[in-house]
Amino acid sequence: MDKLDELRAELLAAVSDAPDADALDKVRVAVMGKKGRITDMMKGLGQMDPDARRTFGAALNALKDEVAAALDSRKAAFETAALNARLESERVDISLTARPETEGTLHPISQTIDEVIAIFGQMGFELAEGPDIEDDFHNFTALNFPPGHPAREMHDTFFLPEREDGSRHVLRTHTSPVQIRTMKSRKPPIRVICLGRTYRCDSDMTHTPMFHQIEGLVIDTNINMGHLKGCLKEFVEAYFEVDNVPMQFRPSFFPFTEPSAEVDIGCSRKNGELKIGEGDGWLEILGCGMVHPNVLKSCGYDPNEVQGFAFGMGLERIAMLKYGIPDLRTFFESDLRWLRHYGFGCLDVPTLTGGLTR
Amino acid sequence: MKFTLSWLKDHLDTTASVAEIGKTLTMIGLEIEEIIDPSSKLDGFVVGHVLTAEKHPDADKLRLCTVTNGTDTLQIVCGAPNARAGLKVALATPGCVVPATGDKLKKGKIRGVESQGMMCSTRELCLGEDHDGIIELPLDTPVGVPLASVLNIDPVFDISVTPNRADCLGVRGVARDLAAVGLGTLKADPLVAPFASTFASPRKVSIAEDAQGACPVFVGRTIRGVKNVESPQWLKDRLVAVGLRPISALVDITNYVTIGWARPLHVFDADKLAGDMVVRFGQGEESLEALNDKTYALTTEMVVIADQAKAQSIGGVMGGLETGCTESTTTVFLESALFEPRRIAKTARALALESDAKHRFERGVDPQSPVWGAELATRLILDLCGGEASDLVIAGGMPAGNGPISFRPSRVKQLVGIEVATEIMVGMFERLGCDVLVNGDDALTVQPPSWRGDLAEEHDLVEEVARLNGYDNLPVTPLPRLSMPKQVLSAAQKSLRLMTRTLVGRGLHETVTWSFLPRAQAVLFGGGQAELVLANPISSDLDAMRPSILPNLATAAGRNAARGFPNLGLFEVGPQFHGGEPGDQTRVIAGLRAGKTGPRHWDAKPRAVDVFDVKADVLAVLKAAGVNTDSLQIVAEAPGYYHPGRSGSLRLGKQVVAQFGDLHPAVLKALDVKGPMVGFEVFVERLPTPKAKATKARSLLQASAFQPLERDFAFVVDSAVAADAMVRAAKGADRQMITDVAVFDLYQGPNMPDGKKSLAVTVTLQPMEKTLTDAEIEEISGKVIAAIEKATGGTLRS
Repeated sequence: MDKLDELRAELLAAVSDAPDADALDKVRVAVMGKKGRITDMMKGLGQMDPDARRTFGAALNALKDEVAAALDSRKAAFETAALNARLESERVDISLTARPETEGTLHPISQTIDEVIAIFGQMGFELAEGPDIEDDFHNFTALNFPPGHPAREMHDTFFLPEREDGSRHVLRTHTSPVQIRTMKSRKPPIRVICLGRTYRCDSDMTHTPMFHQIEGLVIDTNINMGHLKGCLKEFVEAYFEVDNVPMQFRPSFFPFTEPSAEVDIGCSRKNGELKIGEGDGWLEILGCGMVHPNVLKSCGYDPNEVQGFAFGMGLERIAMLKYGIPDLRTFFESDLRWLRHYGFGCLDVPTLTGGLTR
Repeated sequence: MKFTLSWLKDHLDTTASVAEIGKTLTMIGLEIEEIIDPSSKLDGFVVGHVLTAEKHPDADKLRLCTVTNGTDTLQIVCGAPNARAGLKVALATPGCVVPATGDKLKKGKIRGVESQGMMCSTRELCLGEDHDGIIELPLDTPVGVPLASVLNIDPVFDISVTPNRADCLGVRGVARDLAAVGLGTLKADPLVAPFASTFASPRKVSIAEDAQGACPVFVGRTIRGVKNVESPQWLKDRLVAVGLRPISALVDITNYVTIGWARPLHVFDADKLAGDMVVRFGQGEESLEALNDKTYALTTEMVVIADQAKAQSIGGVMGGLETGCTESTTTVFLESALFEPRRIAKTARALALESDAKHRFERGVDPQSPVWGAELATRLILDLCGGEASDLVIAGGMPAGNGPISFRPSRVKQLVGIEVATEIMVGMFERLGCDVLVNGDDALTVQPPSWRGDLAEEHDLVEEVARLNGYDNLPVTPLPRLSMPKQVLSAAQKSLRLMTRTLVGRGLHETVTWSFLPRAQAVLFGGGQAELVLANPISSDLDAMRPSILPNLATAAGRNAARGFPNLGLFEVGPQFHGGEPGDQTRVIAGLRAGKTGPRHWDAKPRAVDVFDVKADVLAVLKAAGVNTDSLQIVAEAPGYYHPGRSGSLRLGKQVVAQFGDLHPAVLKALDVKGPMVGFEVFVERLPTPKAKATKARSLLQASAFQPLERDFAFVVDSAVAADAMVRAAKGADRQMITDVAVFDLYQGPNMPDGKKSLAVTVTLQPMEKTLTDAEIEEISGKVIAAIEKATGGTLRS
């Protein structure tokens, strides 16, 4: 048995002395391989008498297990060391920049449109759109603009060339023609918002030849001016995300409504900063009124049976007020710096439940 | 429209403050633009009495005064040359804010002597320009009373009058509206009473037959023996306060009546007129030097007032210089006429000529006013200039105003939602000048006054009640609505929003550009037709309706490149135009990528943008719209503004739904921008409308339990063969088993015969029921090879 003890010492020493994984594997082959020393000794067991075989066999098996365990452990240690060495070699400078990705932006006009739709949609308004090029009837006559009205002049309105019949189409000066198209194509009750591009011959610090309007139209049998006030109050508070915004309805004049009103909201201007809903200043934001009987008639309705209200405002204007954008003209300049600064992300979808604005 | 408080009070008996009047004007629809009230800045200023005034001990030009404010005696150092004992002065004590500087007054020492207040000049109080000395108040002014109470300060109101309220272009009309809302009572107006003439007018008037529509009535009068003096101070003050320059009494009177009563007038120097007056149209070759020293050509569309020699005045717009009144005028011919508003507007626009008369005539002057206007002016002329007046000479007749209106008081509640008692409404109408007849419980007959041309129908009166009752008093009623909101966007509207936000997610910036562009650019993109060129563009740069959005995006990218941002993606959702009729427009989502794919980076090397970047954009947009991209056909055809070899279109059936590619280098050059630029256009309205599904449930997922396997096939094909043809052929070889085919290699080069290329695809097989045997795989491979060979004429590379 001393022989086995010697062998154990020798083999374990060989295992622990192996300098690397390859040397260790050679030790394994030399001991456990087909012609390995322990394998050979196992083969020799057959020639021993049963008693000697039993005791020697047990001892040999124990030795074999012990050496195998030593081999495994030594092998695992080599693998760990090798992995650690590899990881060390794979070290990177994690302060380097990640690969670039480009983020796009939604134009503030589109975002404002989505906000406005979220609010009026909740009140049951559908969305209607119409053509940018309009005829005189839809842009003026049906809206009760008298002949000779200044808006019908080239000073204010863009005209296309004279047509064969002598008439001239215009670039719509407001989105109201969409109201006419809506009323002529369906029966009350109606709740629509009309929005889109509008055009006027004007270009200076505060006017651009193209801008966007949003208008609302409600026609039913029993809609009165109190509903107009209620509707706009709810809109203003939801849109500006401020409770109890002071509002002032002032009598005014538009050809297509009577009574007509202009609406101011309360605001303060301190240190060049505009705050909606506080202070003692007033800011005009929209025009509105009860739809003029002549408009109803030109759409084939009987003003004694149906009535309703309409309102309109500039989308750029309400976007400028809410988001503090100082200059109207910048909306149309496509300046990347402006788009990045005032634009919105694709996931900024306005909802009333989640808030309109991030 | 400007007027002063005292002018208003000539017509309105009221005790209301300036602020109250201002607020009320705004709330009845006569919106205040500005109130100029210097007295509002004189809080704390009182009348002082200078007791003594000695030379300052240490300064030759300063005076050391003692001044009493009625209770205390103050020591004040004053530099004004007129500071002397006995004066009544405008006294400011510490705490007062000096209007001209906005500084708060403090006690101070001047050359070593304490000064406990300040005596003010006109300029320091913003009451005028005088700064030669301190204000000298009348010596009987009581000491210690507020300064504002003894100064003759007349606050000025500036209101904006809506086009329907021509009556409020006169102070009296404004006063009547304030009286109607209950802010005072309208005073009687004795000046308009008929005037006793002393002789027959030597000058007659007539209206040419064809001009009777343009000038329904002309009232004239000769006034002789006048002296055209300087106007009295009160009249000059009022005119200056509203921004007019006093000229002479005769001219000032016409301005005074124009602003006071909205009744424009004209005075001719009768000695310069030749014979009788006639109202007629201009004669084409005619011209007139007007009172503003400019000469105007008078067309046959314009009404003129002529004597027997020539046109002497542009009717309702401006008089002639030659026959205007001067200091030496002794005989006047007064004109008080009526002109048709539209023609006045047209004439003034054609001549680019503004005047107070034109402003009123184009909005509508009281048709009953020519006679009383003449009487009123005569009375003022005789008061200020003396002389005697002839009888009135009248041509034409004063038109009737609007007829009576049947009014149902119940309509007020119906239309504006507020209950107003009928007797209150009757009172409002009467104060506005209407005659009211009560015919029953819900029936009034209301005869509007001649000056309210805007009151013609029942709803006009409803507006008056709402206005005078106050919009603030209208109820605030939420719109009745469903307890749970419904979807309001149509499928197409919803889809457009998804497409838009998809592009934002892909790194493009949405922009909004003009619907018009320079015609030369329109031509480059297939537009510029005559019917789409604006008759009156804002500038020649913006004269044609755009046939495509791409040129705007390209020039926008060019501007950004010039600012140092050459690498970017832009897109716009909007109309492009193909004809001049309503509806001749197409909604397009157009995008453009320019420069490189990104910034320089230590690892990810940017490359120039190319056609496959925009192809991916287009497919993403179409997918967002719910298009099954497998059913799209791709063709290598696109409009000429794209690179002919690097562009293509996607079709659904026969419809081109999108096109994309490199922009043509010649187009980029013409737009003066640097490439590379790649663009795309998606024609939103040509996409199939997403159909509402009967159920929102998805079809059952069929996931195989067996592993998919891939087989690669490389073919040599003619260079002209489209990869898509090969992919489609492979897909068609076994539609059950083949779930995907992708091109993974393209080779053209030295080891290929001329005109050939190598294309390799990987084909994914997905068994559903069992693992495929080698024989089965071989069989499918054989079918794939055969199909590709047949479709492309290529040969399998071994």
